[in-house]
Amino acid sequence: MAKIMLDVKDLSTKYITRFREDVYAVDRVSFQVEEGKSLGIAGESGCGKSTLALSLMGYYFAPLHYMSGSIKIEGREITSMTPDDVRKNILGTEIAYIPQAAMNALNPTQKIIRFIEDVIQAHDPSKTRKDIRDMARRRFEVLNLPADVLDKHAVELSGGMKQRTVIAISTILSPKVLIADEPSSALDVTSQKMVIKMIFDLMHDGFIRSMIFITHELPLLYNVTDDIAVMYAGQFVETGSAEQTVFDPIHPYSRGLMHSIIVPEAGTRDQKLEAIPGTPPNLKNPPGGCRFAERCKFASPQCRASDVAFTTIGGGRGYRCIYPEERLKEVYAHA
Amino acid sequence: MPEQVLTNSITQGGLCLSGKGVTKIFGMGARKTVAVDHVDFEFRKSEVISIVGESGSGKTTLVKMLLGLTSVTEGDIYFMGQKRDISSRKKKHDYWRGIQAIFQDPFSSYNIFHKIDAVLLDCINMRGGNGLPKKKKVDMMAEACSFVNLKYEELTNKYPFELSGGQMQRLMIARIFLLQPSILLADEPTSMIDACSRATILDMLLNLRRDIGMTIIFVTHDIGLAYYVSDTVYIMERGKIVEFGGADDVILRPKADYTQRLIQDVPKIHEPWDFTNRKARTAVFV
Amino acid sequence: MKNILRQILHARNFMIGFVTIVIILFAVSIYPLFNQGSPLDMIGLGTFFKPGTYISMYDAVETAPTYTLRLDDAAAKRVEAKLPQADRESMKKWLVAYGIPDEAINTDDLNDLLNLWNNTYDPDARPSGLTSAFRKSVARIDAALTGLLESLDVRVYTQEPSTGEMRETAQIKDNQYINVSEVINTRKLWLGTDNFGRDAFKELLAATGVSLKIGLIAGVIATALGLLLGLVSGFVGGIVDDIIMFFANLFTVIPGFVLLILISYSIGQEQRGATVVAAVIGCTSWVWTTRSVRAQTLSLRNRDHVNLSRLSGHSLPRILITDILPYIASYVVMALILQICSGILAEAQLSMLGLGPKTTETPTLGLMMFWGMTYAAHQNGAWWAYFPVILMIALVSFSLNLMNTGLDQVFNPQLRS
Repeated sequence: MAKIMLDVKDLSTKYITRFREDVYAVDRVSFQVEEGKSLGIAGESGCGKSTLALSLMGYYFAPLHYMSGSIKIEGREITSMTPDDVRKNILGTEIAYIPQAAMNALNPTQKIIRFIEDVIQAHDPSKTRKDIRDMARRRFEVLNLPADVLDKHAVELSGGMKQRTVIAISTILSPKVLIADEPSSALDVTSQKMVIKMIFDLMHDGFIRSMIFITHELPLLYNVTDDIAVMYAGQFVETGSAEQTVFDPIHPYSRGLMHSIIVPEAGTRDQKLEAIPGTPPNLKNPPGGCRFAERCKFASPQCRASDVAFTTIGGGRGYRCIYPEERLKEVYAHA
Repeated sequence: MPEQVLTNSITQGGLCLSGKGVTKIFGMGARKTVAVDHVDFEFRKSEVISIVGESGSGKTTLVKMLLGLTSVTEGDIYFMGQKRDISSRKKKHDYWRGIQAIFQDPFSSYNIFHKIDAVLLDCINMRGGNGLPKKKKVDMMAEACSFVNLKYEELTNKYPFELSGGQMQRLMIARIFLLQPSILLADEPTSMIDACSRATILDMLLNLRRDIGMTIIFVTHDIGLAYYVSDTVYIMERGKIVEFGGADDVILRPKADYTQRLIQDVPKIHEPWDFTNRKARTAVFV
Repeated sequence: MKNILRQILHARNFMIGFVTIVIILFAVSIYPLFNQGSPLDMIGLGTFFKPGTYISMYDAVETAPTYTLRLDDAAAKRVEAKLPQADRESMKKWLVAYGIPDEAINTDDLNDLLNLWNNTYDPDARPSGLTSAFRKSVARIDAALTGLLESLDVRVYTQEPSTGEMRETAQIKDNQYINVSEVINTRKLWLGTDNFGRDAFKELLAATGVSLKIGLIAGVIATALGLLLGLVSGFVGGIVDDIIMFFANLFTVIPGFVLLILISYSIGQEQRGATVVAAVIGCTSWVWTTRSVRAQTLSLRNRDHVNLSRLSGHSLPRILITDILPYIASYVVMALILQICSGILAEAQLSMLGLGPKTTETPTLGLMMFWGMTYAAHQNGAWWAYFPVILMIALVSFSLNLMNTGLDQVFNPQLRS
């Protein structure tokens, strides 16, 4: 069995708003990512997927607060570390995070090489500028990024190039886990493809050893990751391989999500798009029982009776529904 | 022959909006940028048309010109077969009875200081409903809301921020339903909406065509969406239209290099997406 | 709306500033009711009377009933007032030089000291180590000591107007008292008088009122101008924008204060009432409001709700008022507060240069400082003539700025903690 790079168990985090209200954005999330594998997280906006990404870094700052659960990176527990410890010894070297607007994080008055110097010297002050430049140049060559980018300012680069540069900088210390939160959704499709290609290169060359990829674009997620977890109202409602979750979803919510995919392929026009009525619940006081029951076509009174456990059915596949898989399949066949 | 603008029964086929050599240039001298470059188009009545382009292709500028929100530097736009004239406020007003829009971001489409009723009442007034009795106006608003599956009683006296993004966008469609223009420009109407509410919005927009015979012009960067909804597709690149035609022709058998690249670069599900080669990985899995 | 009001009421900074301003306004409007008469009456003949209660001596002698009080320390206090500590130290120094041991001298016990002194002092003695100047000063102290411990009655005579004969009308003993509240004419001068002999406290309150008015007028004019020009410039764009921005740039390049001085000077002393000065200040400080309102309008202009409003056929004024103004209202209110504050300060600056409102007719905070400075109040130690004014200006502008930051915290989500 392959080595487990990231092992998350029952992780719960919350936001505390200005009005001192708690928003339970991530609720008892558990998953594992093996070496060389990638996990995709899908869900509507506000389902907690971006909060999960932030929470995975183990570095909490207001309004985000850690509640319970464990995060192990290659067996090393990080939730019990002090924030300073996490910042010095985890971020950048063990785990790297790329937010959607990462490319706007580059200070326009600095050359790209300065950021790389900052990152490296923060972890290893003994490195000389020349060493760093050589290292950066080598890394950029491997990733098919032109080396002259190093001496440019952020404003001189196009959006796609900026995003790729940021990813290269974030992964310069070869983190074990890369968390990419919508890294390409602000880009046009061609730049998006190049960003994804670069992430694949990073993975292939071993600069990163596993990845969490978050996006609301299902076709992209399907093509990028090995496994997909579907998130709803702070919880995972279904996990499985990309193939399974997209073509053979179990949970009614995943099914609704997958039926909303539109791609420019033959046959698209004949397909009937499905909508999920209603809006996700307010996470300030999530409903008891199944959180999706309110919007579920197949819901029955039992659904709302008590919290629904996550059923695991082997091969990393699982779902959170009171009905067994066969029963759901049967219902879908008639729907 | 004067054409009745506010008709509900436009027969398919005739031109409703067309343009010849439409150009928009910003700035002058060295800072001159050509946003839209001699674009020709012919939109037929009751069709669903998509204008597809990535950011910077000039599609938003084109929309603004079509709506008369920004001036046309060069070229002519024809509305209902006649050259468009929006030289006075009165003429603009008349033009806007025939062409309306839905914008990308429902959250910025509302004046947050106005209640929802005000938005809908505005539309009734615009169609000359000022003098109608209150009861009649409420009925009209309720009808519009029910067209988009919203309940007027639940919305009245609410402020836009109390609604979700999907509800806001549906209310925008209700607005169009009240205005009954002959042409609707939908500028990325679903790009800020979650995938699972997208189908609802699209259905409602297409219902406008089915029920009222409205011409709908989708402006989008999502080529898959364009393919799904439209009869005719225009592909824009850097201010120029590089390819147009029936949706199947353009998407499944693209001729222009740009279109081919665009379609190739979009992640797909049943067909392999370039380098990731999902099919090969799937084989191992199975 | 209700929510925003609630948040404003919960913003501590805002409330502190707001309450201070309200208290100042309250004092400004209430005080004249208790203390009538123009604040510019020159009641004191002389400059810079100290703060305190002034009692008519005439009334005290002539009309107030007298009471006899036996107060043991009365005499001692009188002596104390006449023989200050410095003099006692001088006496001690002489005595020590004369040969009296240090321990035997107690400057705190006056009777002891005087006894010792009277027994010891010899005007002709020349103790070693003392300068002749010091000996002379000690001789002066000695002379003043004569009769210090005995108290003689004060006799009051009135001159008969017809005959010129002096007639004794009163004899005032050292244990006779009057009750201050029974004296007909007294005046409490909280801050004494200024160089003209005006009641400085009354003048300060009146000046605060006028300065606030000047600030308000200047602020409203500047904000209104800035708002109008900014809205039109930002929304209409094109040539209109170019023209307005040309003038805005012109006003930016020429330092505002220089412009203010030139305009004030050319208007002339006679025309410069408080309102005119306020208007001049307002008309020279619209530039920054214009620029920021224009910037915000530019970003709002492309918001979809504005486009939709245009598509609904609304007129330009209506779009500006209903679709743009509410979005920048919070900013405009904050700009107004700052403009009021800077209006008050600009008036003070102008007045310090002698270019303020007509000098004898209106009191303003700036003018009070100007007069204080001209008559060297600070060199004469007349702190009451300028220091309270400085405090008041500081207090007013501090409160206004507090209100502004408080509002900023409410309206600017980035500053919320």
